[in-house]
Amino acid sequence: MSSDSAPAVQEPDFAPAPPGLLALFLAFAKMSLAGFGGVLVFARRAIVEQHRWMTADEFNETFALCHFLPGPNIVNLSMVFGSRLRGIAGGVAAFAGLLLPPTLIMTVLAIAYAHFGDLDVLRRSLAGISCAAVGLLIAVVIRMMTPLLKRKDPLALSLMAVVFLAIGVLRLPLPAVLLAATPLSIGATFFLRRKVAA
Amino acid sequence: MKPENPIWALISTFGLMSLFAVGGAAAAVPEMHRIAVEVHHWMTDKQFTDAYAIAQLSPGPNVLIVTLIGYAVAGIPGALAATLAMCLPTALLAYYVSRLLNRPSQSRWPGLIQAALVPLSIGLMAASALILAQSTDRTIAALLLTAVVAVVASVSRINPLWLLLAGGLFGFAGIV
Repeated sequence: MSSDSAPAVQEPDFAPAPPGLLALFLAFAKMSLAGFGGVLVFARRAIVEQHRWMTADEFNETFALCHFLPGPNIVNLSMVFGSRLRGIAGGVAAFAGLLLPPTLIMTVLAIAYAHFGDLDVLRRSLAGISCAAVGLLIAVVIRMMTPLLKRKDPLALSLMAVVFLAIGVLRLPLPAVLLAATPLSIGATFFLRRKVAA
Repeated sequence: MKPENPIWALISTFGLMSLFAVGGAAAAVPEMHRIAVEVHHWMTDKQFTDAYAIAQLSPGPNVLIVTLIGYAVAGIPGALAATLAMCLPTALLAYYVSRLLNRPSQSRWPGLIQAALVPLSIGLMAASALILAQSTDRTIAALLLTAVVAVVASVSRINPLWLLLAGGLFGFAGIV
């Protein structure tokens, strides 16, 4: 397995020296503060295009790993990415950069909400923002569902519907639902792929 | 029945939840709602949807809705405890797994598992949308606003911030 054989086309000016811890902290703080409604887009832009700390393929592989693991993806990404460049200290620097500034902002907002949350103007505005935020979430669901609908994949669509009903309508606890649905989905996917391959 | 120390309740709740949060923060919203509103009565339904709106409107990862929940339970220490409990364990897990799988996947298992998880995480996010919609969209105008934003955001690449601000303006004007 020659996984390390260099690809034919290499980025010529790929950053040779790994960035310092402060640089990592600042870069992740910046992308976090720019990231309204999700940080991923900004993270990719900063890491791949601006700083050239990773190639596009390396970034995709790192992100796929973080997506496949539990927890907030972008937070996982900061830790994995930082540690690949500078060891565990780099991971902590990127993690802290990503979380510290927005957590402080959020805490200030929480204090403000505790004091002024009952003001009618604020309540009305937040109600409108909530409606829009739900609409954004529905749009993400639609975008993610499109490939499944195009493939007319009955297994995936029915699993999706079952999880939706169990959590959204019946309000069952998440761990129980996932402990039942995950092995089912993995097993079914495994057998389907074997059948297709055979 | 209140637990002895609310900080520990936050840490154990969100630490455990993060390990099941496959598919990111949006997929964990129904579980956050169930625990914070229905099980522990940390917040009202309205406070929870407000917190979701504030988290969407603020910069940073959307998972930071847990900061707001933590603050509602136990002030600033609660905010910090909830944030770390939700973010740190899985980040460390990711660190160790990435060291284990140092080279990109040789086996087909990661790809297969990932494919198998996709429908589950979409189902979870759809459930989040339903639960949030049930508490925000109580009028026809509110329902329409949600529907219009959903359509606009699915067919265009407009920055979500503008749609959130537009929603805020409609709310400010007392339309929804």
